Amino acid sequence: MAVEGSRVDNLGQFKQTYFDECAELLAIAEAGLLRLAPGTFDLEEVNTVFRAVHSIKGGAGAFGFSDLVTFAHEYEAVMDAIRAHTVPVSYGLVEALIHANDALGRLIDHARAGTAPPPDLIAAAVTALRADSGHGLPAAVIASGRAPAVASTAAAPESPRRSFALRFEPNPDLLLSGNEPSFMFRALARLGKLELGCQFDALPALTELDGEKLYLKWAGTLQTAASLAEIEEVFEFVADDSVIEITPLAAGGAPAAAVPAPATPMRSAAPGTVAPPGPPAKPPGPPVLYGSRDEPPATPVQAETGEPVQAASGGQSIRVDLDKVERLVNLVGEMVITQSMIAEHLRHLPPGQHREMLTGLEQLTQHTRDLRECVMAIRAQPVGSVFQRIPRLVRELSAETGKDVVLVTSGEHTEVDKTVVENLIDPLTHMIRNAVAHGFEPPDEREALGKPRTGTLHLSARHRSGRIVIEVADDGRGIDRRRVLERAVERGLVPPGVQPGDAEVDDLIFLPGFTTSEMVSSLSGRGVGMDVVRRNVVALGGRIGVHSIPGEGTRFVLSLPLTLAVLDGMVVSVGAERFVVPITNIVESLRPRPADLRRLVNLCDVIQFRGQFVRLARLHRLFDIPDAVEDPTRALVVVVEAEDGAQLGVLVDDIQGQQQVVIKSLEPNFRRITGVAAATILGDGRVALILDVAGVHELSRRAGPGGGRLAVEPPSQTEAAA
Amino acid sequence: MAKKRILSVDDSASIRQMVAFTLETAGYEVVTANDGQDGLDRAKSTSVDMVITDLNMPRLSGIDMIKQLRTLPAFKFVPIVMLTTESEERKKQEGRAAGATGWIVKPFNPDQLLAVVKKLVS
Repeated sequence: MAVEGSRVDNLGQFKQTYFDECAELLAIAEAGLLRLAPGTFDLEEVNTVFRAVHSIKGGAGAFGFSDLVTFAHEYEAVMDAIRAHTVPVSYGLVEALIHANDALGRLIDHARAGTAPPPDLIAAAVTALRADSGHGLPAAVIASGRAPAVASTAAAPESPRRSFALRFEPNPDLLLSGNEPSFMFRALARLGKLELGCQFDALPALTELDGEKLYLKWAGTLQTAASLAEIEEVFEFVADDSVIEITPLAAGGAPAAAVPAPATPMRSAAPGTVAPPGPPAKPPGPPVLYGSRDEPPATPVQAETGEPVQAASGGQSIRVDLDKVERLVNLVGEMVITQSMIAEHLRHLPPGQHREMLTGLEQLTQHTRDLRECVMAIRAQPVGSVFQRIPRLVRELSAETGKDVVLVTSGEHTEVDKTVVENLIDPLTHMIRNAVAHGFEPPDEREALGKPRTGTLHLSARHRSGRIVIEVADDGRGIDRRRVLERAVERGLVPPGVQPGDAEVDDLIFLPGFTTSEMVSSLSGRGVGMDVVRRNVVALGGRIGVHSIPGEGTRFVLSLPLTLAVLDGMVVSVGAERFVVPITNIVESLRPRPADLRRLVNLCDVIQFRGQFVRLARLHRLFDIPDAVEDPTRALVVVVEAEDGAQLGVLVDDIQGQQQVVIKSLEPNFRRITGVAAATILGDGRVALILDVAGVHELSRRAGPGGGRLAVEPPSQTEAAA
Repeated sequence: MAKKRILSVDDSASIRQMVAFTLETAGYEVVTANDGQDGLDRAKSTSVDMVITDLNMPRLSGIDMIKQLRTLPAFKFVPIVMLTTESEERKKQEGRAAGATGWIVKPFNPDQLLAVVKKLVS
């Protein structure tokens, strides 16, 4: 049928949606499975998984992915059995289900790629599922995954016309179920020549007539080439509570001899007719249990508490191609530049004139900022999508290492740019691996130390100073500083006899190739060290630090910029150069009095600021810029704060003003420079460097009191090793 | 004759899209809802000639939505078709008890869907 063919082609356009949806559903199912605890039963969790798998199956059927339907059905049947309490939730079963979830994912990948899955893929997963769900499932369940041929219309060969006697005595309440006899008769008439008579005998007196009830009955004949099944299908929805008789007639009009004289009720169709193949019944679960659970008044509660994943992504939404958003982001970036260009030109107008234009410009600036925020919000995603993967990781790791670890997460809803989210996965995974493999003591050792046998791993996310800060904290043994230092001396990373501070020792673990013997294992192994983690994080404009207390635990703190595209900055001048200080870092700017300035002998210059001393960083010395203002009392100090809370006074000549700047990454075009986060283009077309506050802090520490020249850092060990 | 308006309630976007596409191509107007609660809200705010709903949905299940729809005067006679899977005979009975008009067994193809719709709305 040509018509049907084109319709099927059109369905192809929904496949993309379907596959996207599958990815989400798989994640939901996996998260639900991970929350299933052996020996317990949480109907809502089970339902969540069931629904997800069910939806995957439903779509697969519609798009004709029969492998997917078959396997999803198997998986769903187990969830259904759990729901019906015929299969208990065991550790092994959860494992098998998680593997089934993976297998389903691979089948989806095959369906997407249009390739045939390896034949053992389904078989292996099914075997595992069956093994662990045991006797609760009928062996033949797999067969019922095929679509039953409900409409057998097309298949039927052209058969000669036959006559049927029809009798239809509907249930009086038929109309209330939304069925309409006249539509059924119309459908019958489409099958052939219909002659029907109406019987009114049951019609009550007008005064007693209930307009919502059906008092009529019908009888008549249908001459048709259609099969009995097709006629029955017309009455499909009303067959259970109405009297329907469909009797084949002999050519003469009398009931065919083969058929017993009283017409057969539809349900027990005469032998030899094409009845719809009855699908194998589901395992008959204990009906009482099922009924009592399935109709509970739990629904309103559900709406409030359950469905965390669905609720978060609920509401109206559309899927947009990421390229379109990228273009929008780029355009907004260009617009920000254009707007600052106009502002730059208007700045030179004589004051007091062109008032309207200036008002307009102000509005344009505000709108540009709003627009930028809206566009960025489109790309923003909660870090929860990354956090979701962690429970499984922790579970696998603790199984492998024999350690008991509980994961506690917070701040899943913290939003951050999509690219940042994507780039979080690897470093985070590695940090978690490290924590479980090295951070925690084995349960017995913990007990001996007076700690709970189960270790706690905290994973949190929050916004701070325009960045996202992610912490991974364990309550394990802490970093063994003695060993780390020994190892560092062995490798020549630290000269023998030197005793660095605790924090500096902890920092050594980020050096390339650094491992102590305890730090090598198949788990954290994978050939990656913390140096690679740090390098990846730094490449994103992020930072990673570690804080450890022996015997109490280790805390890794990772911070990343919220967006990689635009920021609000303060433009400052140093000599002929311009720099941009991110607004989020700025605490205050001031012109110091001579009395505020101090020099700590052989250490650094400081200024007194609100009762405390803050290190002074002279940008012109750090970046070797001529013709800058040397005397701090004639220049300006911008007090900035890094996200770790450390403050620094940055000495600049003057402040040019606040503006939005488009971040142009330096690294791909040039190289990484300590103290510089990125570059930008100002309104007058000049390139300005965006300061990285923590980096400037580090630079000025290294430079010492005189503030030496360290504009471009020498190739670090990290890069040398790479 | 005005176009018949059909409400499609499903938590799966691809099924919603497929139902909508199939019906719109056949000349019906389609309103969609993401779950039972959403469906109920839409049904209250707009008049529809037929409802096609999934059963397993978050917030409000298809069965509960059907029950609530049938208490609305405007929905006394409106055909409500549920999407079921072949293994849900029990659900089918439950749905009929709740007031469902009929069912479509998943997986279904567009022609099956249209056949049922034609059977229930003029």
